[in-house]
Amino acid sequence: MKHGKYRFIAGFLVLPLAIYAIFVISPFVQAIYYSFTDWTGLSPDMKMVGFDNYARLFTDDVFWSAVGNSVTLLLLLPVVTLSLGLFFAFMLNVGGRRRKKAVIGGVRGSGAYKILYFFPQVLSVPIVALLFQFAYNPESGALNAFFKAIGLDNVQPDWLGDPQIALWCVMAAMVWANVGFYVVLFSAGMSSIPKDFYEAALLDGANRLNTFFRITLPLLWDTVQTGWIYMGILALDVSAFAFVQIMSVGPGGPDYSTEVLPLYVYQKTFRDGQAGYATAIGVSLLIVTLVFSAVVMRLGRRERLEF
Amino acid sequence: MSAQTDPADLPGVTKEQAPAGASPGPGVPGPRRGQGGKDAVRADGKSSEGTVLNVFSHGVLVIWGLLVTMPLLWAVVSSFKDDSEIFGSPWGLPSVLHFDNWSRAWDKANMGQYFLNSLIVVGGSLIGTMLLGAMAAYVLARFDFPGNRFLYFLFVGGMGFPVILALVPLFFVMKNMALLDTYHGLILVYIAYSLPFTVFFLSGFFKTLPTSVAEAALIDGASHTRTFFQVMLPMAKPGLISVGIFNFLGQWNQYLLPTVLNVGDPDKKMLTQGLVALAVSQGYKGDWSGLFAGLTIAMLPVLAAYIIFQRQVVAGLTAGALK
Repeated sequence: MKHGKYRFIAGFLVLPLAIYAIFVISPFVQAIYYSFTDWTGLSPDMKMVGFDNYARLFTDDVFWSAVGNSVTLLLLLPVVTLSLGLFFAFMLNVGGRRRKKAVIGGVRGSGAYKILYFFPQVLSVPIVALLFQFAYNPESGALNAFFKAIGLDNVQPDWLGDPQIALWCVMAAMVWANVGFYVVLFSAGMSSIPKDFYEAALLDGANRLNTFFRITLPLLWDTVQTGWIYMGILALDVSAFAFVQIMSVGPGGPDYSTEVLPLYVYQKTFRDGQAGYATAIGVSLLIVTLVFSAVVMRLGRRERLEF
Repeated sequence: MSAQTDPADLPGVTKEQAPAGASPGPGVPGPRRGQGGKDAVRADGKSSEGTVLNVFSHGVLVIWGLLVTMPLLWAVVSSFKDDSEIFGSPWGLPSVLHFDNWSRAWDKANMGQYFLNSLIVVGGSLIGTMLLGAMAAYVLARFDFPGNRFLYFLFVGGMGFPVILALVPLFFVMKNMALLDTYHGLILVYIAYSLPFTVFFLSGFFKTLPTSVAEAALIDGASHTRTFFQVMLPMAKPGLISVGIFNFLGQWNQYLLPTVLNVGDPDKKMLTQGLVALAVSQGYKGDWSGLFAGLTIAMLPVLAAYIIFQRQVVAGLTAGALK
């Protein structure tokens, strides 16, 4: 029996573990090693250069502009997305209360809203990015055409071409694409909060604002925190890369105003043939990610102690 | 957002008013008899909280609804226009329905081929992810053995890695194994990068399943393998569906991995890649209507599938995220 158990465990683990080790773990370990070399990525020869790549980061202006943009996304994207998600979810589940029979409930039509709001989530990032790129197009885009139609002929921003607002334009698309998921996620969280709590709050005469801040938010805090981390990783990694790469005008936007860390890693590797340096940027991205997760977890723990 | 509403509803919470609304006992339909749902809401509006807040919040809900649907409708409508209409009147309706845009995108721009490629790769990797993920999760969740915790955290830790960091070495790992630009290579990579979440979620799920059933099966003489496939997997069906939907959306919409690992053969592009390539090339050619048609082709099937299965999708996704 005992023998059979271990054979079974080994048999079930060997394949998943092998695939995971080859395609995920080993590239990560190699990446850290490469960050200490002058590897171009094209030829097999490289030599160790110690911390040269990391030292070079300090004088690389594009790198710092990428760090700045990534951190901006990291700080603002979760706040905006989660706030909108929370507000909508609250309105759709708790906001329209005091209907007959149900103690709490969403505003009318909340079911339809929930279906609708989730739409962007099922579309892939390239679709969303391209849609917004068309909408932002200064000559034929929907936005400037709309401004013209309502008589604002002189308000014709260059949107993605304007270094002042390009990053905000990209961020708007990212918010648009992600709010729906949080509406659904928070809706599910809210529906698992016991109805008695709301009943008690109602009897005490709490209004919606109070109900939200005293009941819904504290009880939902764990979900919000999970969402926060998830959104932060999105802002730093895959999603940011795809949005910026597709939407940017030129490499990394005008004046690198939309350059973000993952895109810079990609460009340094596959455009400039500086794989060693690129992995050093990647490692710094990893550090930002880890610091972010640690901070969110810490802040989250403190908040929860209050209740 | 909701902070903007406070001046109006603060007076509405005074102690005299609130019990008046709530005293019949919430949930007791009695006093509300004879009133339609509409009237009940209106009656509530008297406590001054209602009107302003309702107008405001309904307004915001409607605006967001429009913000979500308008771009999609705009793309669909534009896919039926010709180029001059797209530039001349971006908000207008097409004068004639140009179905040729669609056929041009499907055949000439290869969208049909890309669609098929995505189906093959996602089909393969979804099956692989579910099977391998469930196997690993089951063993890690229900068996005690040395190194169990270590392996679990090794898998789960992958959720926090920035994928971009691994891409360069991954490219060369694939190259050395002759897996670049192949369906099976992409399938393996998709599986590998889906395993962290799948193992994390499913091992949590397997832990909650009752042990007694599995024990009964073992006593009846079923092997571990048989217990897994015939008893535990069917019991874990809700969890498998959740993870399956999550992985399907993630893999179908995957962009970063194919952008780097699947660049050799233009006919082997995934749908997401193909769409971006189409945008670049049509942009040069100036075939904007073909581009909108391609976009709509990529968009509509997923939207249709979502509308049909939305109950399961939503239930699955939220079950996944809430444990």
